[in-house]
Amino acid sequence: MKIAERHLDKATIFDVSGDIDLATSPELRKALLRELREARMPRVVLNLQAVRYIDSSGVASLVEGLKVSRDLGARLILFGLNTTVREVLQLSKLVKIFEICENEEQAVSP
Amino acid sequence: MNRSRLLLKLELQSNPEMLRVVRHALGQLAETLGFSGPECRAVVLAVDEALTNIIRHAYDGEGERPIQALFSRIEVRRDGEQRKALEIVLEDCGKRVDQAKLCGRSLEEVRPGGLGLHFIQECMDTVEFRRARGKNQLRLVKLLSLEKMEKGA
Repeated sequence: MKIAERHLDKATIFDVSGDIDLATSPELRKALLRELREARMPRVVLNLQAVRYIDSSGVASLVEGLKVSRDLGARLILFGLNTTVREVLQLSKLVKIFEICENEEQAVSP
Repeated sequence: MNRSRLLLKLELQSNPEMLRVVRHALGQLAETLGFSGPECRAVVLAVDEALTNIIRHAYDGEGERPIQALFSRIEVRRDGEQRKALEIVLEDCGKRVDQAKLCGRSLEEVRPGGLGLHFIQECMDTVEFRRARGKNQLRLVKLLSLEKMEKGA
């Protein structure tokens, strides 16, 4: 898994690629929590278009990020969900709790 | 009586880096057997989650403990019909798994963790756990769709 980071005025965008699994999800969790808790970014956006695989530990990292964002009054937004990621989120029955956008433009719009 | 033919045997270490290797091999195997794209992804997810549970819970995250994975083509009777299926048996020498915890958790509660078993149960047609000779053994079965069988897969 690779995470590339971009910064806009009041948002951080993570372009995530590769596999999010037991070996790599701690890195994603750490990046999300750093941006939310330490950088106090009001909006963190995850581009998941190039994610080939995500398991329950990856979903758990997203859920934890979501809970922290809610506690801090910030927003965690997902976009670029491909079939693989969408299937796993639907299977978890958690797809409805996330803020999901079709594209980056929507995800960063005020 | 079930007929079984071993297709692939993997001996791996309980290292999270190995999960990717197993996923790749299993994805190819499931595709070769005629499973559809969504079915292949379901089998891969279930086995990945099962291996993750072994690494995290049976071995407490230790990275060099043995795991054996057997992949067999089997035929089973289901609803009065003879069905072809993929059987996966995962075996580890870790601590005994608390069977009371094998029922999964309610998905009503939004919290991280505890999803792996739910994924396994949703993705596979049979999930059986047993403890024998000091080892944990998990047996997973995925039936090939009837349509694929008619085409001779």
